[in-house]
Amino acid sequence: MDLKFTPEEEAFRAEVQAFFDAELPQEIRDKIELGRRVGKDDMVRWQQILYRKGWGAPNWPTRFGGTGWNVVQQHIFEEERAAHSAPIQNPFSMKMLAPVMQAFGNAAQQEYFLPRILRAEDWWCQGYSEPGSGSDLASLRTSAVRQGDHYLVNGQKTWNTLGQYADWIFALVRTSSEARPQQGISFLLINMKSPGVTVRPIIMLDGEHEINDIFFDNVKVPVENLIGEENKGWTYAKFLLSHERTGNAGIGACKRALKRLKEIAAEQPANGASLLEDVRFRDRIAQLEMELMALEITNLRVLSGYAKDQKALGPEVSMLKIKGSEIIQSLAELKMHALGHDALPYVREALDMNWKGDALLDSHYRAYAPPLTGQYFNQRKTTIYAGSTEIQKNIISQMILGL
Amino acid sequence: MEFDYTEEQLALQDTLQKFIARDYDFDKRRAFARSPLGFSAEAWQQFADLGLLALPFAEEYGGLGGNAVDTLVVMEQFGSGLLLEPYVSTVVACGSLLRGAGSKEQKAKWLPEIAAGKLKLALAAYEAKGRYDLGYVSLAAEKESADWILKGRKQVVLDAPSADAFLVTARSAGKAHDRDGISLFWVPRSAAGLKMTPYPTQSGSRAADLDFGGVRVPADALIGSGGSALQAVQHAVDRATAALCGEAVGIMAALNQATLNYLKTRKQFGVAIGTFQALKHRMADMLIAAEQSKSMAIIAAVHADSTDEGERRRAISAAKAYIGQAGRLVGQQAVQMHGGMGVVDELIVSHYFKRLTMIDLSFGDADHQLAYFSDSLRKAI
Repeated sequence: MDLKFTPEEEAFRAEVQAFFDAELPQEIRDKIELGRRVGKDDMVRWQQILYRKGWGAPNWPTRFGGTGWNVVQQHIFEEERAAHSAPIQNPFSMKMLAPVMQAFGNAAQQEYFLPRILRAEDWWCQGYSEPGSGSDLASLRTSAVRQGDHYLVNGQKTWNTLGQYADWIFALVRTSSEARPQQGISFLLINMKSPGVTVRPIIMLDGEHEINDIFFDNVKVPVENLIGEENKGWTYAKFLLSHERTGNAGIGACKRALKRLKEIAAEQPANGASLLEDVRFRDRIAQLEMELMALEITNLRVLSGYAKDQKALGPEVSMLKIKGSEIIQSLAELKMHALGHDALPYVREALDMNWKGDALLDSHYRAYAPPLTGQYFNQRKTTIYAGSTEIQKNIISQMILGL
Repeated sequence: MEFDYTEEQLALQDTLQKFIARDYDFDKRRAFARSPLGFSAEAWQQFADLGLLALPFAEEYGGLGGNAVDTLVVMEQFGSGLLLEPYVSTVVACGSLLRGAGSKEQKAKWLPEIAAGKLKLALAAYEAKGRYDLGYVSLAAEKESADWILKGRKQVVLDAPSADAFLVTARSAGKAHDRDGISLFWVPRSAAGLKMTPYPTQSGSRAADLDFGGVRVPADALIGSGGSALQAVQHAVDRATAALCGEAVGIMAALNQATLNYLKTRKQFGVAIGTFQALKHRMADMLIAAEQSKSMAIIAAVHADSTDEGERRRAISAAKAYIGQAGRLVGQQAVQMHGGMGVVDELIVSHYFKRLTMIDLSFGDADHQLAYFSDSLRKAI
């Protein structure tokens, strides 16, 4: 039991820091630092920079072009990414599709798609939820009917994140209705440029376009785009979700948000001193910091345990997802509360880096406020997506506790 | 970074688990708690034979050179077995004081005695008006030729009734709240003028109030240099606090297991109550609380031996605050989910709950620790 980083790990951290300092474009960093809108261009550009360094996929094994980093190295990289205000990499390709493709895809799929993900040539999105299938995902109805060398896909996916940018979608589709719902699902890769695919924006409560409905109207999908075996998609889907949920602990992002919260509280005036001198407010920060201290170690214990035993990720990641999502939400809430009145204005243009507000609004608003209230509203999604907190507790009680 | 126990630590864990199963089941524990001593003298001797009482001491004093993570391993088992022996008082707290502030002669004299199971000690540091403040010391130490005369009171001295001697904080200079001017004395249990009022605690162990009515001790009863004992006392209490965090984690794991078993076996409305989602989800919350607490106990343990007081106290205050809150959740919900069986003396459940509650109240409760941790955030900016 030792929580100190080894000299090798410290050297690795220094290398990562030096890389971020040298290679992260300042304009991207500024956007993230100030919570302004980050676009596809920014994420693609950053992915290409990482790729050139050989760090295109921090969570993949080397045989697929990943870094092969261990759990602690990945943790350090993620912590430094957040600390340097670098963008996240597209999680749908990196952390969701790729592990599935590496475990269950065939060689042709791996050889074609994985390098394109590394080079940011394809933008992937996820087609899981449907209007009638949220927590009860296995009830999904989007159908794929085999017709010779292709499937004909019809149906609707919803809560699709950033599909407006996507070249491809990986989707769960129903290929059989005969047995239990879980046994008739397949995992299909669909080109978003196929005829019959329509993307309709859904505007979220923060006023932003992040998610979509996606409609499939007689979309032809070649059979070689099937991952693994037909009707085995539920197994792959669960595998994917366990990988997705490990990322949901978001320790690096939480640490960054906590630091930002303290900075804001230290600069916001309250009762003739700073808000950080307000015991009632500071205790709420302290409470979150304690949760985060614990989660950081729980996260590393769980992940290094899997790595050591060479086991597939299991239901323990549900604990990480529950806690991580609650912490990031609470941090967002406190950042908003730290603003006091400045949390009220909704100046949508201010989310643009080039916004020039007038002097009056600038004097109190510009430095922090534009994104913070919206982030609070937006972050309510974190306890809902990737399996809501209630679903995670179902998983824990069933898979760990045996209830 | 490394998140596993070493092979030696796992062997130690295994030894203690077997010891508890064999010699310390709940019925025996109940009998020990009701005995005049309040714990098992036989168990104490077995601990000595196993090397537990020598664990943190340097090899030159007959110790095993262990660290606070070794203590964590021991304390988790103390928790799951609800052991009553004065390990934290003697080995962890007073052991730390002797290690940190004792002279070579004092260490050579006393540490092997502790290790052999022949010497039990209790830390007399808290006073009625000081609440959890170790720096509040009004018990007076006055020099009289070569001797010291001690006058004043200490309250709720854990494990005092069985102790052979006390390590007592006393004021040799300044006023009650001053950080300086605190000295540490060795006072034998038999000292003339020392009056002890013993009592059992809510969790089955023993404690006492001590009244020092002009107790005379010789010059060599002073431990460390006079007037600057607070640092060493703080470190001793930090180590003891980290140990209690480990004990609480052991209890939470055992209590969750007991509750889970109950959910699977207790039937109402024709089904096991564990099939109800309201209970399933609460059980999941309890599991998460226990796992997060374990992480915090690890953080406390790996910082407990650090001489960087600021960093150490930050870690340990966070851990104790967190575990105090989590222990409350786990303890209260375990009782709740056991229904009527949760509120009877007959089941171990209520005993786990009471011990968790007393752990929170010892060495600074969750609010006290949160206040320290929260204050430390101001400096961290």
